[in-house]
Amino acid sequence: MTKLEIRDLHVSVDTPEGVKPILKGVNLTVASGQTHAIMGPNGSGKSTLAYCLAGHPKYLVTSGSVSLEGEDLLAMSVDQRARAGLFLAMQYPVEVPGVTVANFLRTAKTAVSGQAPPLRTWVRQVGQAMDALRFDREFAERSVNEGFSGGEKKRHEILQMELLEPKIAILDETDSGLDVDALRVVSEGVNRAQAATGAGIMLITHYTRILEYIKPDFVHVFVDGRIAEEGGPDLATRLEAEGYDRFLSAV
Amino acid sequence: MGINLVSRGSRLASFDPVDFPRPSPRDEQWRFSPLADLAKLYDAALSSHVVTRVSSPLPAGVTAETVSLGHPAVGLTPAPGDRIAAAAWAASDDATLITLNGTNAEDLTVVRLTGGDGTETAQASASHLVVLAKANARGSVVLEHSGLAYLAQGVEIVLEEGADITVVVLHDWAAGSIHAASHRATLGKEAHLKYVSVALGGSLVRVTAELQLKGDGGNLEALGINLTDTGQHHETQLFVDHSGRNCRSRATYKGALLGPTAHSVWVGDVLIRAGAEGTDSYEENRNLVLAKDARADSVPNLEIATGRIGGAGHASATGRFDQEQLFYLQARGIPEDLARSLVVHAFFAELIGRIGLKDVAAALVTAVDAKLDQQRNSHA
Repeated sequence: MTKLEIRDLHVSVDTPEGVKPILKGVNLTVASGQTHAIMGPNGSGKSTLAYCLAGHPKYLVTSGSVSLEGEDLLAMSVDQRARAGLFLAMQYPVEVPGVTVANFLRTAKTAVSGQAPPLRTWVRQVGQAMDALRFDREFAERSVNEGFSGGEKKRHEILQMELLEPKIAILDETDSGLDVDALRVVSEGVNRAQAATGAGIMLITHYTRILEYIKPDFVHVFVDGRIAEEGGPDLATRLEAEGYDRFLSAV
Repeated sequence: MGINLVSRGSRLASFDPVDFPRPSPRDEQWRFSPLADLAKLYDAALSSHVVTRVSSPLPAGVTAETVSLGHPAVGLTPAPGDRIAAAAWAASDDATLITLNGTNAEDLTVVRLTGGDGTETAQASASHLVVLAKANARGSVVLEHSGLAYLAQGVEIVLEEGADITVVVLHDWAAGSIHAASHRATLGKEAHLKYVSVALGGSLVRVTAELQLKGDGGNLEALGINLTDTGQHHETQLFVDHSGRNCRSRATYKGALLGPTAHSVWVGDVLIRAGAEGTDSYEENRNLVLAKDARADSVPNLEIATGRIGGAGHASATGRFDQEQLFYLQARGIPEDLARSLVVHAFFAELIGRIGLKDVAAALVTAVDAKLDQQRNSHA
């Protein structure tokens, strides 16, 4: 059983206008097998939480703690966090010209598992995962994310989640920019990965649409840098009907 | 595109250094170069402190000899095009002549130029080398440079009719070395030259490559690689000169700038003369910048004096390996040093593959690794 525990997390970002606090005391625990939906209006700090947990250098943790399996996550470098079992499916995956998807996936798998995967099984596994995501196998020879459409980038992110088998996966607006068919295929990929590995999932989204495909156990409403309300799946249904206005006016 | 009021083909060429004015930052051909360092080569008397050794045994059909500059195989390419190149000629007592008359393209002749071991200060030296490929000859020459040196050098490459050879020049000097090389090649009818220039070491490596397609149906493939770190200046002044008909030239240069204050320069001049009908030419320079304050100057120039050509084009692009790319790779568990190495290897992979000589390509991959290791340790 893996646990990601976030305690009273405060995070700032450097802006031209000075240091700006974004997260103002986040408390959240995600355990293996659980799916937590983090919902909230734009600018509430959802993505900051995701990138901060992954260790993006832009964000400065001013107080609080995060542990993964009891280890201090915040003391780890970006790559150490990934090797410790944390995965972030990014909202805007970055292009890495020249590095092929095949080479990238093999290098990443070798890094997170500590040994190179046996070549033949690996190639088959990658091919099957690509097929399941309806991600053309020819992408294996293309440069990472270069010239990918929005949907292709998201398939590529979930492909990585399936292959790297993280303990905790953070999905940052994986649903944005996807049409209904792509959303279904990508969501199936997430569910498949979770079923196979028992990963804990933190699903960050603005809309309830993806929750029709990935069923959350818990829903957290994120407003102004902290969790304003928590509940079960029914909370998402209420948000669908009422929107975020209720929370915004309270701020 | 640079603006040239005067044709590249009319630039002064002479065997006598005094014919050239002292280099000035206002000269087109010197404006990117650190002249204070190069002055060691054009103001000083040049001796012969760099040792030249040729691998043995030589492949079948290959000879190596030391000859006077008056030898009929020496001075067949155009006269030196700048003051340092002329100084190198004027100060050379003799030349190393490699004559290729073999039949196997993969037969390798290795020429090693070695400077000092660093226990003494380098003394400005001159050296002249000639690679002569006889008609229809096949073969490959690797020219390696190492140690500490200040060197002004002439390298002539002559391809007679139908010759098909590869020449790889590797600059792996010790830190502190200053090297100005003048590579001058002439391709005869239906000759094919694969020319590769690699800059890894040294403090300053400036290569002028004047490559002439004289005979009809010639084929030139010029490949360049530089890995430039903090404190290094790697410069290429390329001049592809088409005068023969129905010739093809491809120039592909790639550079990676690894550390802050790394500086690379690539000036690529292509001239298609009035008689060079049916020319098909393309040149490109791509740079990958991995450090914030590194600088890559890249200037392609294309000058066409006939409308009857097959094609002519150029491309120049500089990309950055930035913090977001690094973050993305690290977020997949890949440590920073491996991420940089992955990106640099990927950047050069296709180009190294095109060298065609397996052992040379493998050695080059190893050298790139060593350079990345060295870079990592020096900044750690």
